[in-house]
Amino acid sequence: MSNKSTAAATAFEQLKQKAAGTWNTLRDKPLIMVGAATCGRAAGAQDITKVIRDELASRQIEATVIEVGCMGHCYAEPLVLIQKPDNPTICYGYVSEGLASMLVREFIAGDDPCIEFALAAMEVNDFIPTFEDFPRGMVEKKVVMQHCGIIDPENIDHYIANGGYEALAKAIDKSGEEVVSEIKTSGLRGRGGAGFPTGVKWETCRQFKEDVKYVICNADEGDPGAFMDRTLLESNPHQVLEGLALAAHAVGASKGYLYIRAEYPLAVERIKKAINQAEESGLLGESILGTDFNLTLEIFQGSGAFVCGEETALIASMEGEPGIPRHRPPFPAEAGLWGKPTVINNVKTLSYIPHIIRKGADWFRETGTPDSPGTAVFALAGKVINTGLVEVPMGVTLSQLVYDVGSGIDGGKQFKAVQIGGPSGGCLPESFLETAIDFDSLNQAGAMMGSGGMVVMDEDDCMVEIARYFLDFTQNESCGKCTFCRLGTKQMLEILERITKGEGALEDIDTLLNLAKNVKTGSLCNLGKTAPNPVLSTLKHFRNEYEAHITEGRCPSLMCLNLIAYYILPDKCERSCDACIGSCPVESIFSNEDRIKVVDQEKCVKCKSCMDACPPQYSAVVKLSPPELVQEKENDNG
Amino acid sequence: MGKKINLTIDGKKIQAMEGDKILWAALENDIYIPHLCAMKEQQQSPFAGCRLCFIEIEGKPRPVAACTEPALEGMVVNTRSESIDRLVEAGFNLIMSNHHIDCKICAASGACELQKIAKERKIRLKPKKLVQLDRNLPKDHSKDCIIYDPNKCVLCGRCVTACRTEGTAVLGLAYRGFERMVTTFGDIPLGETDCSGCGSCANVCPAGALIETDN
Repeated sequence: MSNKSTAAATAFEQLKQKAAGTWNTLRDKPLIMVGAATCGRAAGAQDITKVIRDELASRQIEATVIEVGCMGHCYAEPLVLIQKPDNPTICYGYVSEGLASMLVREFIAGDDPCIEFALAAMEVNDFIPTFEDFPRGMVEKKVVMQHCGIIDPENIDHYIANGGYEALAKAIDKSGEEVVSEIKTSGLRGRGGAGFPTGVKWETCRQFKEDVKYVICNADEGDPGAFMDRTLLESNPHQVLEGLALAAHAVGASKGYLYIRAEYPLAVERIKKAINQAEESGLLGESILGTDFNLTLEIFQGSGAFVCGEETALIASMEGEPGIPRHRPPFPAEAGLWGKPTVINNVKTLSYIPHIIRKGADWFRETGTPDSPGTAVFALAGKVINTGLVEVPMGVTLSQLVYDVGSGIDGGKQFKAVQIGGPSGGCLPESFLETAIDFDSLNQAGAMMGSGGMVVMDEDDCMVEIARYFLDFTQNESCGKCTFCRLGTKQMLEILERITKGEGALEDIDTLLNLAKNVKTGSLCNLGKTAPNPVLSTLKHFRNEYEAHITEGRCPSLMCLNLIAYYILPDKCERSCDACIGSCPVESIFSNEDRIKVVDQEKCVKCKSCMDACPPQYSAVVKLSPPELVQEKENDNG
Repeated sequence: MGKKINLTIDGKKIQAMEGDKILWAALENDIYIPHLCAMKEQQQSPFAGCRLCFIEIEGKPRPVAACTEPALEGMVVNTRSESIDRLVEAGFNLIMSNHHIDCKICAASGACELQKIAKERKIRLKPKKLVQLDRNLPKDHSKDCIIYDPNKCVLCGRCVTACRTEGTAVLGLAYRGFERMVTTFGDIPLGETDCSGCGSCANVCPAGALIETDN
């Protein structure tokens, strides 16, 4: 045993030295890092990289340009980090092609760091604040996102130089049992949504004495507006691989899969490269680090069914069957892929593993709450000013996320609700802003942690429409196997559609509630069991909005098209301006004898073009609900 | 031969084979639990899709499906209670909201499992508060001896199992969500498939969607 441990430790020491060499030489000359995860690329990061490379080449400047992952500040994308010897590393946001070439010209070639364009510095210094100095930085605590956006995801040395694979090297000399026990002590709960204790899952799988076992990374992220897993895979793929390797070692598996949805091509590509690099370095494959631990990893590309994130459906789809859940038990930890004991963990869950093994369970428990230790990664979207990914300790409040991290509501509007947990989660109103974010508090509040999608809604968002939207999603994604999910969600959707069209009846609310309760109790899998949550939570907190739709034919948020009309306020219309007329695609706006513009309600398709076109100094176009108000207004005006 | 175990269902002390699911223990002792998709030969990997066989087990907080729950020594089971009845009725209503009801001319009338459930649990066949979700799919008359009416199908999957074990495996479940249906590969009519006309599908169909004719 001691000989073996020396062998693994020695082998890893060599890798570490090589990695440190690569990492340190990066500092010899200017280093430019462009955030080029999918979010960065969508904002034009690849063009920025090209501009920087061309500018450097034309000036014959020696500098290294690398594409890194995402730091989470998606609102400010494209992001560029510049590390120049004798300067702090500076992060620039909203980088345009012009700014990119200016940075090369002024900062790399010259010595002006253009601090007016800096978002923040990465290290404490005398002239630029760091991210930690902002309200967001005070809430944030990075564990799994610590190296996202500051290392090259396609270079294993960058990962190793920052402590990567140390946990594997350390654990490989220990028994699987010790690894399981460490994870159990850490209290880590599955970050895929349900929050099941990871250590318990592993222990169950470990106790089955089978020669063949499997570990699977569930990267079938599908919640609308959620992109945590994608970012982790793209920004730090080795972290996931190391977590998966540790899981395999812990339960005694020698074959693992990463179930990644095919809609994430960049993640697939980076994971593929990472697997190859890890195999070349002896960190995956046969006799890892010279020991008798073998692990081959393979990518399985899912074809887009949301329900395949459910573990039994995921297994079915890997076995070549339709992605349809089956009854549990048996749980996959007992009989999973091809009937063998299988551990399935979410990307985020696996990403925590190396950190826990390296720094210990006690370290992990220092963050978060006693029952939900650690941090949580959220994809903050919707009506907040600063959208993006954020990692915060469990137990912070919703208001900290919305106001400190998200910088509050865009456009000075009124906060209405936050939808947390994706289509399986719920909408929480203002009175829940001080709710702590952890698995149990959110469940109690009628929402759920989910995988980390968080959509903030303001006064312009109709809660009935939001419920309809999410139900439409789950209804579309229902596999159709069981009665309650297939037909129950369909019946609920029919009712919600009626209500948003103003055709609902008061008794529909009771029917809806009953259906929701029954679908929750009666469905076979968790997709069905959680599908009614958006309806139940909006009914609980915003019942008045449902009632306004039904009894008054009015949408209080002026969102439901059937219940609103566009109206031009005669006293605000500037008469000589024709902006609205020009913008209308169906020629529904005309000038009356006083040259005041009027909307022909028969023709209007409610596209909102006129409202957008009307110059802000007039703001003459308004929405009215119920639409009958137009007639009243017109009568008032004679 | 397995061991026999003792349990109580609805106050009646019964014996069952160890490993049998509660649904079969009950049915074999003349205790009726509504069910559509269950097949005894499949009981170790139950389909569990129709969601009608809900029961309560003393000591368990929530209702469970009788087809997935193994009968255990000393277990106390109730097949009826206010909450169970409501849940079963809700499930049945949903199924009926998607079942083309024409009992008067339906060849399965009288031998129909849906009628049986309605009668046993005193539930109306036509649900009151739900809209009828008809898909108006064409009937398949292409095979002489079998008529398939997808609008009556309750997606229990029994015909698919029967066709695979006794027939020529031409039937399968395809599409997702509300679009899900029993169909053939490529959705071709039964008459153009390798269907041998054995009728095993019609024998197990609980809802008159597959009917064997005299031809």
